[in-house]
Amino acid sequence: MSAPFVIISILTLAAALAAATLRKLMHAALSFAVAFVGLAAFFFLLGAEFVGLVQIFVYIGAVAVLIVFTILLTRRDVEKDRGFNWSSVVVASAVFGGLIWAIFKTQSVSVAAPEMPVLTVKHIGEVLMTGYVWPLLCVGLLLTAALIGALVLVMEEKQ
Amino acid sequence: MSESIDQIFVRMKQWLLSPFANAPDWLVQVASSLINIFALLAVFLTLFALMSVLERKILGRIQNRYGPNRVGPFGLFQPVADGIKMLIKEDIVPMRADKIVHFLAPVLIAATAILALGIIPYGRGMTPFTIDGGILFFFAVGSTTELAVFMAGWGSNNKFSMLGAMRAIAQMISYELPLIITVLPVVMIVGSLTPDAIVAAQDGYVFGFVPRWFVFTPWGAAAFLLFFVSGLVESNRTPFDVPEGESEIVAGHMTEYSGFKYATFFMAEYIGMFAITGLAITLFLGGWHAPVRALEFVPSYIWFFAKLGGLLFVYIWLRGTLPRTRVDQIMNFAWKFMLPMAFTCMVAAAVWHYAGRGLRGWLWSFVVIAVAYTALSIILDTRKKFARRTYRFAE
Repeated sequence: MSAPFVIISILTLAAALAAATLRKLMHAALSFAVAFVGLAAFFFLLGAEFVGLVQIFVYIGAVAVLIVFTILLTRRDVEKDRGFNWSSVVVASAVFGGLIWAIFKTQSVSVAAPEMPVLTVKHIGEVLMTGYVWPLLCVGLLLTAALIGALVLVMEEKQ
Repeated sequence: MSESIDQIFVRMKQWLLSPFANAPDWLVQVASSLINIFALLAVFLTLFALMSVLERKILGRIQNRYGPNRVGPFGLFQPVADGIKMLIKEDIVPMRADKIVHFLAPVLIAATAILALGIIPYGRGMTPFTIDGGILFFFAVGSTTELAVFMAGWGSNNKFSMLGAMRAIAQMISYELPLIITVLPVVMIVGSLTPDAIVAAQDGYVFGFVPRWFVFTPWGAAAFLLFFVSGLVESNRTPFDVPEGESEIVAGHMTEYSGFKYATFFMAEYIGMFAITGLAITLFLGGWHAPVRALEFVPSYIWFFAKLGGLLFVYIWLRGTLPRTRVDQIMNFAWKFMLPMAFTCMVAAAVWHYAGRGLRGWLWSFVVIAVAYTALSIILDTRKKFARRTYRFAE
């Protein structure tokens, strides 16, 4: 366990904890963004530069902004204190337990990590365009459908 | 001789690092990074100071007045006076503002702006931080700016701030698409996301005198123009400065900031402008390569900063000449014109590649761009058709 790992872990966990416990919804959303940055830092630490950059790009540039806007546009009482919600604790621990169970069930953790070649963006591009081209196209189709759906939703109705 | 002048800064860094010859690896890395950071900050903060006074002087010239000319020779010490003024101003935080978010917004916006500078090759072997996905890093960091702008708008707890932040985020998200898609043709042709590889691919000359810069191909020229306009929007400059819109919403998301925090926003705007211009030079204008073979003895970094200066002058020039656009005009332009044209650039680059990258490819990709441009202009032309004006009494 190296020093950077410990530092990043503490920061990420603290941000995640803050996101769960902070009173103001907007503060929680912003600390959630900090937790995203922490995750990206983990990817960098593992040498997965591309994934880390995409993590920042997608999760800070798009998802965090989306969350923030959703809060802003839907809640009229952003500042209101909601009190403690026990049902969410149940859901959260159920998800946590399920994930832990899945992680301990898998065989890949016990196998020693194979010697990794230096992974460049070029390799990732080649793999995406050959072996994983169908999943890539399916995701593209899904996103296009979502985009068109959003456009249809906001389109002005003709009188 | 010219070789040693070209590499003078690289040598200087090596000399500064020489005491660390026997130090552990991580210490050398930290020292090297610190030298890079200090060099970057020193150069670009000086450039910021210079740019702020030059902008005022050039704007003055355009508007037929002198501009600042009292402080120092030709008013060159104006930024120093401005800096002192900003520092000693009272820092006002509104009572109902969200104190932490209000404070963090300028910090975040300045940090992201400066980070983006790190991947640009300023000269031969002078890239501060070489990472494999450099271009991706630039946009990943740039997308964080939106969150910072939002924090400024929301943290101020003020309607004008919030409106300004909304406007800024709306136009930044819209123009991020053409901005990134116009980069794709270059990445496709070069086959790399590394800025150094992109600059290296633009080395040499066609027919012995035309530099192999991407701006001299039809798709490159179109992509450069689209990239430049998107860059104008991303840095919230005139004619796309509706987020600030001082005649409508005071100063947008910066309304509640005063003193040094306001100066930080101002600085971040300029640094962001330098970064996006630097990326445009790297992608389309041949990076630090000289335009003529006979001038290759001039050091590479001088070429880079000469190109940077030229493009920054265009920024100032546009600010002095164009009025502010409306919000709906900006949005329509982004989605109806910029985005289809950006995709056309990709197609044209592919045509150029498969037609042999020569004169034939040049002509074919020109045809693709011209057809798409003409079709879009005809479709999007919403001007009212008036009958020819006739005069009854005057002739």
